[in-house]
Amino acid sequence: MSKRIEVRDLNVYYGKFLAVEGVNLEIEPRSVTAFIGPSGCGKSTFLRTLNRMHEVIPGARVEGEVLIDGNNLYDPDVDPVLVRRQVGMVFQRPNPFPTMSIKENVLAGVKLNNKRISKSDADDLVEKSLLGANLWNEVKDRLDRPGSGLSGGQQQRLCIARAIAVAPEVILMDEPCSALDPISTLAIEDLIEELKLQYTIVIVTHNMQQASRVSDKTAFFNIAGTGKPGNLIEYADTTTIFSNPSVKATEDYVSGRFG
Amino acid sequence: MSTASTAIKAKQRPGDRVFSGSAVFAGSMILVTLAAVALFLIVQSIPAFFASHEDASILPESFWSYVGPLLFGTIWAAALALIMAVPISIGIALFISHYAPRRLASVLGYIVDLLAAVPSVVFGLWGIGVLAPAVQPIYAWLVDNVGWFPLFSGPVSGTGRTILTAGIVLAVMVLPIMTAICREVFLQTPVLHEEAALALGATRWEMIRTAVLPFGRSGIVSAAVLGLGRALGETMAVAMVLSASGAVTFQLLTSVNPSTIAANIALSFPEAFGINVNVLIATGLILFIVTFVVNAIARWIVSRRQEFSGAN
Amino acid sequence: MTMTTKPEPTTSVATPIQNSLTAGRLPTPAPWLILGAAIAVSAAIFGVMGLAGEAGYNWGGALLVGALLYIPSIWLFSMLVEGRRRAMDRLVTALVTGAFVLAMIPLISLTITVITFGLNRFDADFFTMSMRNVTGEGGGVLHAIVGTLLMTGTAAIISIPIGLMTSIYLVEYGRGQLARGITFLVDVMTGIPSIVAGLFAYALFSIFLGPGTRTGIAGAVALAVLMIPVVVRSSEEMLRLVPNELREASYALGVPKWLTIVKVVLPTSIAGITTGIMLSIARVIGETAPLLIAAGFTQSMNWNLFDGRMSSLPVFVYTQYANQGNPPEAYLDRAWAAALTLILIVMALNLIARLVARFFAPKFGR
Repeated sequence: MSKRIEVRDLNVYYGKFLAVEGVNLEIEPRSVTAFIGPSGCGKSTFLRTLNRMHEVIPGARVEGEVLIDGNNLYDPDVDPVLVRRQVGMVFQRPNPFPTMSIKENVLAGVKLNNKRISKSDADDLVEKSLLGANLWNEVKDRLDRPGSGLSGGQQQRLCIARAIAVAPEVILMDEPCSALDPISTLAIEDLIEELKLQYTIVIVTHNMQQASRVSDKTAFFNIAGTGKPGNLIEYADTTTIFSNPSVKATEDYVSGRFG
Repeated sequence: MSTASTAIKAKQRPGDRVFSGSAVFAGSMILVTLAAVALFLIVQSIPAFFASHEDASILPESFWSYVGPLLFGTIWAAALALIMAVPISIGIALFISHYAPRRLASVLGYIVDLLAAVPSVVFGLWGIGVLAPAVQPIYAWLVDNVGWFPLFSGPVSGTGRTILTAGIVLAVMVLPIMTAICREVFLQTPVLHEEAALALGATRWEMIRTAVLPFGRSGIVSAAVLGLGRALGETMAVAMVLSASGAVTFQLLTSVNPSTIAANIALSFPEAFGINVNVLIATGLILFIVTFVVNAIARWIVSRRQEFSGAN
Repeated sequence: MTMTTKPEPTTSVATPIQNSLTAGRLPTPAPWLILGAAIAVSAAIFGVMGLAGEAGYNWGGALLVGALLYIPSIWLFSMLVEGRRRAMDRLVTALVTGAFVLAMIPLISLTITVITFGLNRFDADFFTMSMRNVTGEGGGVLHAIVGTLLMTGTAAIISIPIGLMTSIYLVEYGRGQLARGITFLVDVMTGIPSIVAGLFAYALFSIFLGPGTRTGIAGAVALAVLMIPVVVRSSEEMLRLVPNELREASYALGVPKWLTIVKVVLPTSIAGITTGIMLSIARVIGETAPLLIAAGFTQSMNWNLFDGRMSSLPVFVYTQYANQGNPPEAYLDRAWAAALTLILIVMALNLIARLVARFFAPKFGR
């Protein structure tokens, strides 16, 4: 249930503007990889190219290759919809579907694709996914209430449950805790620890303590100035990045002497 | 999920293609409809442009001498309506946005919107049955006392069904749309500007004059132009209220009144035959062109405003 | 006017020091007192005039003149007590409030008139009979109600799919030239005068079916031309309100675009779209001119959209008024009763639309 990701010479464009340039990266299965870097350096943009979500933005396009277990995501006849079923995503702000109950939200990936599922299978899947997202005990009595009635942290875990219910191989997280309070953040971080036993996880974060707490490897992105493309500066074990980085810019950034 | 190598490669989704195809088709239908409207009106109008009195009995001489007075009446009635409706709609919009208690504001707005829900034929009935008799004494008084002023010269109409009454009914009918737009714009005034004015010791009126009105100026203009477009095309209320003789005159209170294009079509069409039908359709084409130009001006103003405000 | 509105300096023992921030101010009830006085004066003037003339007492005129009198009086009093700037402020307040009151006059007058005249014939016969073979009194409006429902319903069946799909195209798919062109054309369509839509439908069907043809379907096409742009505009606005995050969440679950639109975007905005559609129906159901031109009118029941003229409620109101027979009261009563029916239908549509918007809108969790 987890896959190895290889990125080769990846450029991302918005129209004519080169947003991210020349990324080469390998992500191991069953690991947590954190992307850190200043705002606007292209880390979220890059993350979205890993499941072709950047295509939602008009004018965004990609050069280069992203291989998931050897399959190039950008081969001409690849269906982005099937890519996204294997590479799930959790967003910055919790976004449960407002018209659906908690249960329906968890089943959204199945139901929205018009798949038939028996009631008992559905109940099992809901319980399994909510257990996997550490939310089952809090919501098991109110599965039919709207998902928007939960707290922010619970909503975000509901979104994670929704993502893992589709049984993806990889989960991408785009600053999943930036809209949450510290206690909810802790709950999500604990959850990431558990999820990595089954999934390959890539997380974008602004919080360096969070990166050092949850990730096995860390990639530091930087930008030379406004209008310039973002680059991958350094990619190594998290301990190396935070204690003994090989590039000066990384050291400046992780030690807070940035700029 | 099966193994990746087979699962990732996939065919084009038929659902996506059917759905986006039908969306494009629907959008193109708009294009086709509008092209058809223009085409049919033009085709049916062509005989009228070259017709004379022998071909079409309603023409005095040529088509242009027929449509000229009607066009004058259309613009004159709409202009009268606008002169009355603009200050009143600005007043109502200010009342709702800045004077009425906050909790009442939406209810008051809804009440004004109710006016928009009244069908024009009902306005017509009301105009003849209630408004015209009510304003006739005022008209008589105006003719007696201010008759030296050219617009108010007599003799006064005995029924009150004059171009001014038609203008009042039109004004009432365009009030809701104009009020709604002005209100929207006034409510968007940056609170910071308003508070800045108040902090300088301005009274409420001074705050409105320095912060709200300058901000809303182009909104007011576009509301007025949109209202003008509505007033130009309004048919039944004018057809019923106005007792028209087809003359070209600016006098407001006499029984000699110009007609409007739309009202003339509604009144003449049911009995028209032969080339007369084409003549009426051709006047409709002229009306279409006039309203198109007016609406184009409104759009141009709105787009310019968006550039200035920097929104979106 | 002998009221003293000048505030006496309140010299009580407890507060001997004058607050330096207070200035001359009219006490709170003063504007109301001035308004009352203005109306009283005006009523007195009208009373004197009423004694001279033989006409009955004109209450409406007295109130109107009283209100007009209030505007300069409040300015004058405020000028004397509070100074020029506050006087201006009070003047504008009076004018702005006056504008609102002025706009209420036609609304109230119209409501009262339609109800009092409309109730004369608002009876069972009226809703169960057509006008076939009726001259003079009696008769009913059933054929016109059927015609209105058939034509408006057909117009809705044509406009809703086209309008909704066009708005989906504009919001979800549209880029570049075609989308900009369609947006422009929808704007142009919004501005088409209703009578021109009627002429178009007439011209269209007279080319295929011979000149002088008037049918229900032509009326429905005319209404559809007026309805489509309204549906597009309101649906487009509602679709744009759906947060992009929901679309992204759905894509990230591996849901294809069309299913995302059908199962996420539309359900989220369905309340607003329904409201917009009902308001657009309310707007076209009162249209008279296009139906007069394209569908004509008849005294008989006609269930067939494709054959023969078809009456509708607004056209019925107009023809009853325009072709008065003997006795004229019977015709006018029918016109008013049909007008009342029409207004009730329009109000009901508006009310339901607003209730739908209020109670079925999804709650976004923020």
